[in-house]
Amino acid sequence: MLIAAILVLAAGTYAMRLGGVVLRDRLELSAPLQAALPMAATALLAALAATAALMAGADLAGVARPTGVLVGGLLAWRRAPFVVVVVAAAATAALLRLAGVP
Amino acid sequence: MIAVGASFGAIAISYGLPVWVPFLMSTVVFAGGAQFLAVGLLAAGNPIAAVLAGLLLNARHLPFGLAVAGIVGTRWRDRLVGSHLMTDEVVAFTLAEPDPARRRRTYWLIGCTLFTSWNLGTTLGVLLGGAVGEPEVLGLDAAFPAGLIALIMPSLRDGPTRRVAIAGAAIAVLLTPVLPAGLPVLGALLGLFALYRPRRRGGADQDGSAVEAVEAVESPPRRVGADRPTEEPC
Repeated sequence: MLIAAILVLAAGTYAMRLGGVVLRDRLELSAPLQAALPMAATALLAALAATAALMAGADLAGVARPTGVLVGGLLAWRRAPFVVVVVAAAATAALLRLAGVP
Repeated sequence: MIAVGASFGAIAISYGLPVWVPFLMSTVVFAGGAQFLAVGLLAAGNPIAAVLAGLLLNARHLPFGLAVAGIVGTRWRDRLVGSHLMTDEVVAFTLAEPDPARRRRTYWLIGCTLFTSWNLGTTLGVLLGGAVGEPEVLGLDAAFPAGLIALIMPSLRDGPTRRVAIAGAAIAVLLTPVLPAGLPVLGALLGLFALYRPRRRGGADQDGSAVEAVEAVESPPRRVGADRPTEEPC
């Protein structure tokens, strides 16, 4: 049962990944719709970032993580290198937790 | 990625699941969020819920696939292999590459690197077990969203994209307490309707709106809601 569940999850995930790639050719998309696809991907990624930054399950994620992400986001906006953004966000959250901030 | 993979391996083992489970999942599922969610449900003895929740969480790969289809390649071999490498991070890195000619290389390079490091991390986590510790202690939970923001930042400097992204992020955050995992992020696609709102012309300076973009993505929802209507990005 365990192996079946994992294989079904894997097959379904792969089907959705391949599905988008293959369907793109089959669909006759209008120009505005084609322009909207990268925007849709960006919106999905922004939503992932926002929910991962702010929420823990159905609740708010405390203070340390959103603050770390905020520091990283400000650095990204100031065009800091990717590694600096990620390390600063993690370090801020880790140090805040070390100081007892939830 | 190695560290997150390691915490996945360690968590799967700490749940008391067989050793081959994290290895198989990291190889054939290769989707971080769905794997964490699924091992929890599998360990709780609920394989059907694990499959359904995991698939719901991964449904975003369909629109991702539509967006990167032209980049992955047109040969069937490339499509079949490249699709499996598709993750949030790969899509973000690829769309962040300004030169279209180099996007294909970025997709494959990042995809192969992440697949390798994710599985390497899983192996380390299984071997080290409890010694890996919670990802929160190292602040890794803040690293993932910050990295995503850094990657989509170039796209966010484009006005219409920023409106769509902020509206989508706000919708997802607001829906998170009331919908099962996976659906709120898909709800972000409704952010595309922000394109059809009547647009104010001129006026807003680039820097000011970029600050708003960062804040709206990151501030707790109550602050966003209190300061201004959540779906009013600029």
